[in-house]
Amino acid sequence: MLPQLVRRVGLMIFTVWGAVSLTFVILRLAPGDQATVQLGPDATAADVSALREELGLNRPMLVQYLDYLGSAITGDFGESYRFRESAMTVVLDRFPATVLLTVTASALALTIGLLLGVLAGRSPGRLVDRVISGITLVMQAIPSFWSGIMLILLMALTLRLLPSAGSGDLRHLVLPAITLAIPFTAIVARITRSSVAEVTTEPYILTARSKGLSERAVLTRHAVRNSVIPVVTIVSLHIGTLMGGAVIVEQVFAWEGVGSLLVGAVGNRDYAIVQAATVLLAIVVVTMNLLADVLNSRLDPRIRAGATTS
Amino acid sequence: MMSGSQREESRRVSAGTLRVRDLTIVLPGPRGMADVVDGVSFDMVEGRTTGLIGESGSGKSLTAMALVGLIPDTGVVRGQVLLGDEDLLKAGRARMRQVRGAEISVVFQDPSTALNPTMTIGDQVGEILRERGLSRSQARERAADLLDHVGIPDAAARVGAYPHEFSGGMRQRAMIALALAGQPRFILADEPTTALDVTVQARILDLLGRLRDEDHLSMLLVSHDLRVMSHVADDLVVMYAGRVCERGGAKAVLNRPLHPYTDALVRSVPSVHVESAIADPLPGSPANPFDRPAGCPFHPRCPLAEDRCRTEVPALREIVPGRFSACHFAELAERTSDSGAEELR
Ligand SMILES: Nc1ncnc2c1ncn2[C@@H]1O[C@H](COP(=O)(O)OP(=O)(O)OP(=O)(O)O)[C@@H](O)[C@H]1O
Ligand code: SF4
Ligand SMILES: [Mg+2]
Repeated sequence: MLPQLVRRVGLMIFTVWGAVSLTFVILRLAPGDQATVQLGPDATAADVSALREELGLNRPMLVQYLDYLGSAITGDFGESYRFRESAMTVVLDRFPATVLLTVTASALALTIGLLLGVLAGRSPGRLVDRVISGITLVMQAIPSFWSGIMLILLMALTLRLLPSAGSGDLRHLVLPAITLAIPFTAIVARITRSSVAEVTTEPYILTARSKGLSERAVLTRHAVRNSVIPVVTIVSLHIGTLMGGAVIVEQVFAWEGVGSLLVGAVGNRDYAIVQAATVLLAIVVVTMNLLADVLNSRLDPRIRAGATTS
Repeated sequence: MMSGSQREESRRVSAGTLRVRDLTIVLPGPRGMADVVDGVSFDMVEGRTTGLIGESGSGKSLTAMALVGLIPDTGVVRGQVLLGDEDLLKAGRARMRQVRGAEISVVFQDPSTALNPTMTIGDQVGEILRERGLSRSQARERAADLLDHVGIPDAAARVGAYPHEFSGGMRQRAMIALALAGQPRFILADEPTTALDVTVQARILDLLGRLRDEDHLSMLLVSHDLRVMSHVADDLVVMYAGRVCERGGAKAVLNRPLHPYTDALVRSVPSVHVESAIADPLPGSPANPFDRPAGCPFHPRCPLAEDRCRTEVPALREIVPGRFSACHFAELAERTSDSGAEELR
């Protein structure tokens, strides 16, 4: 168990390091550095180079990188020049809103997706299956910005049921959560469907029937649990997709979370914010993947055994 | 526990024979619906092991599954499966659920896939008892007894184990315990040793025989292995392309086949047919029950086939008392058979 865990944590650190470094490189490759952006087009060349000196942008790239990495380890991503505050503080301020949005969307997506997937997968090829498969195909194909705008048009502008944008009370949460949940629901439903369809052909399902169990007991006690194992694995691989979706959805609905902060910061060349936000999202994804593995080892005794013996 | 001994008692009185009559199973095939199993009749007599033998695809498993109503939804089943006076093929879903496990149980071929990998052995064995209202701990206790009964050492400690923690032979013992949990009268064992190591096969067969005697069970043993049959079957039903071609007492059938297919089968296995050390492999390939040859389905492979065999379906007839054969020339075989002298085993 222990070497497994050490390997796992090492991999997590490596992934986060990769995200940190990649953001660093991409930001330096973008045209115009922080000094020019910060001072605006009217600044004199002297002002710009003075600020460069102050920000340390004149040092060799490697030195800048190592310096940046060193402070990143302590959680220090520098000060946001727009907020005049520690970048991490600004990002963490916005974090609860993103957590609320993604957790709500995931709960929606998992509940509905599992339900649809089980319904379709228990009778593959039948009408229910074909209808559900068609719906989920469409749900997966719609881009979030489009479904978000459609929901705003319908629910907020035409029916005037819900606010179109902003954060605040729970009514603001409904539309962005649904928008974010749509493609994720489709992913969960499709994986669940194929998993259930496969599991119900397993010999142990026939064994369960041969005991005289009701179809319901066969499904819930024997089929679903075994079907969920691959679903957890594959869904956890899509957590990055979910976070990416959150960035877009927050932007469309002016939801004040890390995602919309990040998009704004990219536009403003607020490097410190971009880096802090990226690292936070990377940590979230990596942690969720770890949780999924832990969950799976709870669900599947064979994985549990593999973890203890290896 | 639930008037256990009382039930055992009343059962012994009423325990009888499961009679299969004219069982026909129609399934969708590549060219429309086909009678994959066609007019199969036999009895599972109390306290005896009935062997169901035939090549792969001859319809053995389907026949067995039809007895517990577990034929695929796409199929149609006709004929009768008589448990006492009750025709199980006419029984409703709820009644069939009662029959499964409690009257007729199944032991499947491969215990590594027939057991649920994420449920403990104890929970799987005890599940049917939980359905009957036993508490968790009662069911566990009873499951441990059953595991002990089928020869799993240290059973009480192993109820909490998962299938992957058992060896193949132990898994099959657990599967058998699972089948016994509902105290059935009839056990259908579908190739119960095929997936196991040769060394444990005999032990599992011995166990099944012992349980049959101790628990007064009737057993249907499905196998394509004649050696297995010659060791454990009391009665034998030989199937070919979804039909019964020969039926009778196992020793008599194996010593003195009344059907050319049985004869060829016996000759293909050296240890059964002791006379020649070298086996004659069965010529040709098995008939496809979806595309059964006209007349006698065995005629393309039969050394005795004549014109009549290609057009006229041979009926299953009683040739000598208790011995049935579906060959036009069974009487000839009866008269000319000379392999009767040898003893099996
Ligand atoms: N669910 C199904 N749908 C369609 N055809 C089936 C189905 N199950 C079995 N069959 C066909 O029915 C025929 C008999 O199958 P069955 O499983 O009873 O054979 P078997 O005698 O048990 O063979 P084996 O020794 O390989 O287990 C085969 O040709 C098989 O392809
Ligand atoms: S009926 Fe004809 S083909 Fe069929 S087994 Fe007898 S002799 Fe052979
Ligand atoms: Mg079979």
